[in-house]
Amino acid sequence: MRYTLTHLKELEAEAIFVIREVFAQFENPAILFSGGKDSIVLTHLAKKAFWPSRIPFPLVHIDTGHNFPETMKFRDDLVKELGVELIVGSVQKSIDDGAVREETGKNASRNALQTVTLLDTIEGNNIDAAMGGARRDEEKARAKERFFSHRDDFGQWDPKNQRPELWNLFNGRKNMGEHFRVFPISNWTEMDVWQYILHENIAIPSLYIAHERDVVRRNNTWLPVSEFITVEENEKVERKMIRFRTLGDITITGGDESEADTLEKIVQEVAAARQTERGNRSDDKRGETAMEDRKKQGYF
Amino acid sequence: MSDNYLDMQLLRFTTAGSVDDGKSTLIGRLLFDSKSIFEDQLESVEASSKKRGVDHVDLALLTDGLKDEREQGITIDVAYRYFATPKRKFIIADTPGHIQYTRNMVTGASTANLALLLVDARHGVVEQTCRHSFIASLLQIPHLVICINKMDLVDYSEERFNEIVTQYKEFASKLKVNDIRFVPISALHGDNVVNRSTNTEWYNGETLLHTLETIHIDSDQDHVNARFPVQTVIRPKSDEHHDFRGYAGRVAGGIFKPGDQITVLPSGFGSKIKSIETLDGPIKEAFAPMSVTITLEDDIDISRGDMIVRPNNQPRAEQDLDVMLCWLNNKPAQPRAKYTLRHTTNDARCMIKEVLYKVDINTLHRIVEDKEITMNDIVRVKLRSTKPLFVDEYNDNRNTGSIILVDEATNETVAAGMIRS
Repeated sequence: MRYTLTHLKELEAEAIFVIREVFAQFENPAILFSGGKDSIVLTHLAKKAFWPSRIPFPLVHIDTGHNFPETMKFRDDLVKELGVELIVGSVQKSIDDGAVREETGKNASRNALQTVTLLDTIEGNNIDAAMGGARRDEEKARAKERFFSHRDDFGQWDPKNQRPELWNLFNGRKNMGEHFRVFPISNWTEMDVWQYILHENIAIPSLYIAHERDVVRRNNTWLPVSEFITVEENEKVERKMIRFRTLGDITITGGDESEADTLEKIVQEVAAARQTERGNRSDDKRGETAMEDRKKQGYF
Repeated sequence: MSDNYLDMQLLRFTTAGSVDDGKSTLIGRLLFDSKSIFEDQLESVEASSKKRGVDHVDLALLTDGLKDEREQGITIDVAYRYFATPKRKFIIADTPGHIQYTRNMVTGASTANLALLLVDARHGVVEQTCRHSFIASLLQIPHLVICINKMDLVDYSEERFNEIVTQYKEFASKLKVNDIRFVPISALHGDNVVNRSTNTEWYNGETLLHTLETIHIDSDQDHVNARFPVQTVIRPKSDEHHDFRGYAGRVAGGIFKPGDQITVLPSGFGSKIKSIETLDGPIKEAFAPMSVTITLEDDIDISRGDMIVRPNNQPRAEQDLDVMLCWLNNKPAQPRAKYTLRHTTNDARCMIKEVLYKVDINTLHRIVEDKEITMNDIVRVKLRSTKPLFVDEYNDNRNTGSIILVDEATNETVAAGMIRS
């Protein structure tokens, strides 16, 4: 017997440890659940962390109103299966209440508006630790993120003044009104996530798997046609075999042409990919430090 | 599809070096040659390099992600980078060379299996090399790989290489590092990084990547001293698992098996392991760094912060701790101030009772006159805690031998400590 773990088992053990630390150190934690593969893996790990108990905290979904219908169904089925509470923060409601103003124009999206709804939901439900499925390999600002990431009482991130994090000793101490964002799968890569989904046979929304869909070519990607986007006169609606590498709002998530209709094929495709997964996310293309700027405000 | 991803290990390493010794180039080459840089990342780095008037592609921009870092062209914080080969997955903790050097390197080193140090072949062992090596040995990184870089600028001279190796070994005899290796490389031209170089026929050792892929890391964890700090207690109280009572945690050392006699600290109660549970079913043994749930034969009172150990191999119960402390905060240590101490899953309050000496990390000399503890200082201190802690020497077990101190007013992590004998 070799006393050694595979890389996936070691990453799993690390994530479970972090999730349990959150449960032990905070009063009222929650999982931020987007319906994307990373938050699905995070939820799966939370299930492992507390088995045979149920996951002892709610899932929080920030609903932009611009969802893929497949994501919503997946979310509702999962919540039912796990027997956990679901908290929905509605961007539509933030707009109706006048807390935020809707963007207009051809590339309008509700992506940036989510921050306000997210912070309101965190505050309104007294959540003191919000766990997310963000990974350090995703984006350069995320590469500097801690496992336990402190947010001030405005929900803001101060990247230059982060607490040092050593060994497995996590410091979740805070003042009233402040909260933490915690990222248990910080050290996972896109490849690790897919290998883990394959190995653990975790259910994911069908959107990740190649399927036929109406799309238009816009900003170098295939944008799904939906009631939320306006097809311009010079744009042509085409029917293509598409799969999504990340899932965000239906208005900003572009798909890739793909024949990968099984998990095995997806892992192969990811291994051969020459573009990052967020390459099709128009929310990251609003400037060199778009992610850092949003994160400082309190974004995911 | 091949299943070899189910046989891959994880190696965490830290890189140290300053701006000029080619660290970014070396990391860039490892990422490039393992196909871990994507086209859109490269395009964006190319565009940013051009915008800054740099004539080459500045690979540091790949992870110098923060606005201030990009504007000032410096690395402020530890950056984590990832790459994989068919044999292993690698996590690089890339630490900046200048600002808050000690703080960042200590952070990066705390979880590393290996440290990669760069030495410029033209300059040989310099003050900085000593400093990096000392921190690596202090944090007990099990393996040290010294890359003697820019060999192209010394005509790939074997004599120069040997000179530096001798120089380094002389200095390193003062350190506690068991495994030191030397590789002559040119990060710029790729000699001995991924592929063997024809310019160094005299070198019989392995390439850097081959070393990273094959170095023996199974023994990096402590598999001798059985230690299980309890994180939380799992009690489902459901119909199906009505009487289930499990202790959740991550094995910090040793091997646990069902049937093992155990002792719970601090109560001293004894019992036997009934089962080791996971969602995927019960398992036959658990070892570091696995996260599991342990059930016992007897119902005894156990809560977070307690430690499950073997009766014949127990950690020391100490209230007075001899600690090598690295100060991480702008605010100097206050004499006799109280801090919250975190050790495994346990908390206590503590006070710095005495400063024995400060270490000059460039010369390793002990400074006994200067008792003030400021940012980036490494000091040997005596701590007194409000309750006994169950500790091992850091050199025996990094998990049960390490602590952090938290300032009770600001809640910031202000120091990292390694427990001595």
